[in-house]
Amino acid sequence: MKLIYEKSKPGRRASSLPQPGLPPAEVPEELRRSSPPRLPEISEPELVRHFTALADRTFGVDTGFYPLGSCTMKHNPRVNERVVGLPGFRDLHPLQEEDASQGALELMWRLQEILAEVVGLPAVSLQPAAGSQGELTGLLLMRAYFADRGEGHERREIVIPDTAHGTNPASVTMAGYEAVGVKTDFRGNVDLDDLREKVGPQTAGLMLTNPSTLGLFDEGIEEITKIFHEAGALMYYDGANLNAICGIARPGDFGFDIVHFNLHKTFSQPHGGGGPGGGPIAVRERLEPFLPVPAVVREGDAFRLDYERPKTIGKVRGFCGPFGVFVRSYAYIRSYGPALKEMSEVAVLNANYLLARLRDAYELPFDRHCMHEFVLSGRRLKREHGVTTLDVAKRLMDYRFHPPTIYFPLIVPEALMIEPTETEPKETLDAFADAMLAIAREAAEHSELLKEAPHVRPVKRLDEVRAAKRPILRYLFGEHDEPEGSDEPRELEAQKGA
Amino acid sequence: MSFLSLTEQDREQMLETIGVDSIDELFEQIPSGVRLGRPLELERALSEPELVAHLSELAARNVDTGREVSFLGAGIYDHYVPAVVDAVLARGEFLTAYTPYQPEMSQGLLQAIFEYQTAICELTRMDVSNASGYDGTTVAADACYVAKHATGRTKVVLAETLNPQVRQVVKTYAPGFGLEVIEVPQREGTIDPDELRQAATDAACVIFQQPNFFGCLEPAPDLAAAANDAEALAVAHVDPVSLGVLEAPGAYGCALAIGEGQAAGNYQSYGGPHYGFLAARSEFIRRMPGRISGETVDIDGKRGFVLTLQTREQHIRREKATSNITTNQTLLALAGLVHLSWLGPQGLRELGETCLALSRYAKERLSDAGFELVFPERATFKEFAVRVGRPAREAIREALAAGVHPGYALGRDYAGLDDAVLVAVTEKRTTDEIDLLAEVLAA
Amino acid sequence: MAAIETYPDELKYHAEHDWARIEDGEAVLGITWFAQDSLGELVHFEPPEPGATILKDEPYGEVESVKAVSDLISPLSGEVVEVNQKAVEAPETVNEDPYGEGWLVRIRLSDPGEADSLLGVAAYKQILEEQ
Repeated sequence: MKLIYEKSKPGRRASSLPQPGLPPAEVPEELRRSSPPRLPEISEPELVRHFTALADRTFGVDTGFYPLGSCTMKHNPRVNERVVGLPGFRDLHPLQEEDASQGALELMWRLQEILAEVVGLPAVSLQPAAGSQGELTGLLLMRAYFADRGEGHERREIVIPDTAHGTNPASVTMAGYEAVGVKTDFRGNVDLDDLREKVGPQTAGLMLTNPSTLGLFDEGIEEITKIFHEAGALMYYDGANLNAICGIARPGDFGFDIVHFNLHKTFSQPHGGGGPGGGPIAVRERLEPFLPVPAVVREGDAFRLDYERPKTIGKVRGFCGPFGVFVRSYAYIRSYGPALKEMSEVAVLNANYLLARLRDAYELPFDRHCMHEFVLSGRRLKREHGVTTLDVAKRLMDYRFHPPTIYFPLIVPEALMIEPTETEPKETLDAFADAMLAIAREAAEHSELLKEAPHVRPVKRLDEVRAAKRPILRYLFGEHDEPEGSDEPRELEAQKGA
Repeated sequence: MSFLSLTEQDREQMLETIGVDSIDELFEQIPSGVRLGRPLELERALSEPELVAHLSELAARNVDTGREVSFLGAGIYDHYVPAVVDAVLARGEFLTAYTPYQPEMSQGLLQAIFEYQTAICELTRMDVSNASGYDGTTVAADACYVAKHATGRTKVVLAETLNPQVRQVVKTYAPGFGLEVIEVPQREGTIDPDELRQAATDAACVIFQQPNFFGCLEPAPDLAAAANDAEALAVAHVDPVSLGVLEAPGAYGCALAIGEGQAAGNYQSYGGPHYGFLAARSEFIRRMPGRISGETVDIDGKRGFVLTLQTREQHIRREKATSNITTNQTLLALAGLVHLSWLGPQGLRELGETCLALSRYAKERLSDAGFELVFPERATFKEFAVRVGRPAREAIREALAAGVHPGYALGRDYAGLDDAVLVAVTEKRTTDEIDLLAEVLAA
Repeated sequence: MAAIETYPDELKYHAEHDWARIEDGEAVLGITWFAQDSLGELVHFEPPEPGATILKDEPYGEVESVKAVSDLISPLSGEVVEVNQKAVEAPETVNEDPYGEGWLVRIRLSDPGEADSLLGVAAYKQILEEQ
């Protein structure tokens, strides 16, 4: 398929702009554009066809089952798209006078109250733009808190389990802390003996996802809380897996001091091919003074932005955060009310059902009921038939499913992390399980079907090695090669392992 | 209202397959001491019609730019978003896809990202762009992180004429990065290159804005040269829709080009979500934060796209990653690509020329009406600062009563400008509306 | 494309899957068959600068495949005398010939006694059994 630049023809144009009929105003010569950017020159019909063709070659939740672990690919309600497009939200300037933005301020305030209730922590900031940014904000809050108490110098370390998302250690570095790893035991819980050795006066806090990326609720959570609070450290909850426990348990109640939400996971903001998202945080009372500025506050019947916050860590993003994301999440939560609990219950039911159907054909590293997701190992298939989890994933595409997360968490070899979410019908779960079982049989009988998969997508398996060795990161116009399918199949540069 | 698909019968069959009697058994792994044990205290569920009514009532209490004549800018602008942007973003495949880690499932998205990267490189004349950052503020923090690791230096220099929120975000990130932040003051609306050169000694980077927060045109090539003389990376924070008429940062010695993408293809949406862009010279490829789409071939030799150089990113490099960013702003960047493609090079130039002509008209009309420009000697693009002869906040309130929003009160961020308003004039404004502005302010 | 699994007898090994060939107060360093097999085809080798000092048990550079990045842990201490440009320009050489053409750096040893703490081939193979 051609790039939009390859469809460009000089003189063609889609846009029309007002012509005010004024004499031209010029930019001083030394600041003037010397050669125009080579943007596409195409008409509107071609523009629409081009992006339609691109959409046809993209698979979304709208297209089919998308069981990526820890991503919570649930259905994105269409009513949310309608309300976010209301002109009073869509065309509102963020620096509009507060009196003329009361609807927006009230929506944010109400969302804050709701999120506080869901996790059991009273003070909320909606500002962070995504989960990772929520993590960083939480860590900066820890820094500010301990500095304020004169303990900033000693407390330099954050403890992170070996099952953590990569964002956790990356955020730790960006906050100027040092990451200390703690092991996971055979039940899938944090190893408490290892933990006791790693926590002390040098510890600022813990970052934990619970349920973990193994889909398991840490059975030792009460003891973990004790260990950290006795050391005077703080507990940070990575809310990526909140979909499992809404209305059932609250991180604020089981000892956490800071929580971040992923509005694009639990609260239905569409993933958009990679973003946008929203990463609000909720904190305990004593951390409230450090929250980003401005705060959204209520004064009687009116809602205001409070900039007078002397202990704030500052600002992590422009304005109040990604407002359009708040509108969707607020609408989503108002659609459920207290029945958010049922959302989580069905998420857990769906995951356990798939686990029951798949546990024999694949290896289940932790023999427990799971929460909203579970991890299988493809190790047996590799040992017995030489096919990898990567091959299984590519073959699932031929069955018209998006593959689950693969090779994560790192502690499970040949990992497949599966999260169906609560919006899937039973028929879809069964079709997916049937496909996984068929693939396990194919691994034994026709392994080349897996190794050469996918067969039915717009492209066959892509050469990621070549992309890394010879980076081509933009269209090079006159110098760009145009491979548009060759007649003889190419030998793929070898890809091994993960 | 819920979005669940299971029937009662389904649930029974599933429980049987799992081997438990009730869903509660699946939650036994949660210690009873930490269970909530009561319903969430949330308002009752709304049906879809009720939900729309409630949200409509909230929206109706906001005065959006459709309900007043708005000259409000200061980083977010009332530019025209063409209908094709809405049409493309409504495609459920783009809206509901995840990050394209499985490239064969997402060729459309990966190609669109590649095309977006190309568009940003063309606008800025840089060699590589990422797939977007959160917004125009955080990309400045990203640029500082790149510069720190590229130069080994721990000082960054910011122009005072750089958007105040951008500076505030950099200062919030700086302690964690181990960076010292220095500001260079504005001199009559722009930055003095010699002062900048001095301040940039031992700096990792210098960040200036073009056009700057006051709407003034900086002596950008001289500022970049000043940074380069001090061996600091020159970083330009630019307005994407100005780059049809203003020179590209890559053409005058910048190492990185960053900015807020909203003006190209996004609605104002009370400040977000939008997209930040970040582009760099090729020597910084391995230090780039965020995702990058790259071209390759499949086993039949057919062209395809994949996320590449992923070893920079958090899911592989973990604590040594170039950034912790995971979720970015892909959908909004896609809107930017559609918008820039709709404009084309001619349209982009024309858009810039229209903004220049209309804002000059506004400067003239306001001067005729007796208002003094704050920086009369400076060339501007689409915004300018004007003194309104009384506290700006008062003038704004009065104008709003007449259905006109004159602009941003600069006294919030700069000393000595309590009587100054930052007036933004986009292609959506007409000469009649500008006449009205002058009338309303003079009243 | 990659070599068959071997562990030459005459080399010394480090538990982090690196080898050393010691001659006349200098050592040539590289990664073992096991290391290149785990990583997959290498796409990038980030070497130390010639003249740099590297320390036993400390990282001295990085190798990357598409899906993984790994620190190179030095078996011995010394000063970098030469970097293998072929490994820099064509990192897949390390997969094809990890002990020959795929060598990474040559160093002048600062403490030749350190070689005593390295593993012989049998001891290294034992570690591999336990992986």
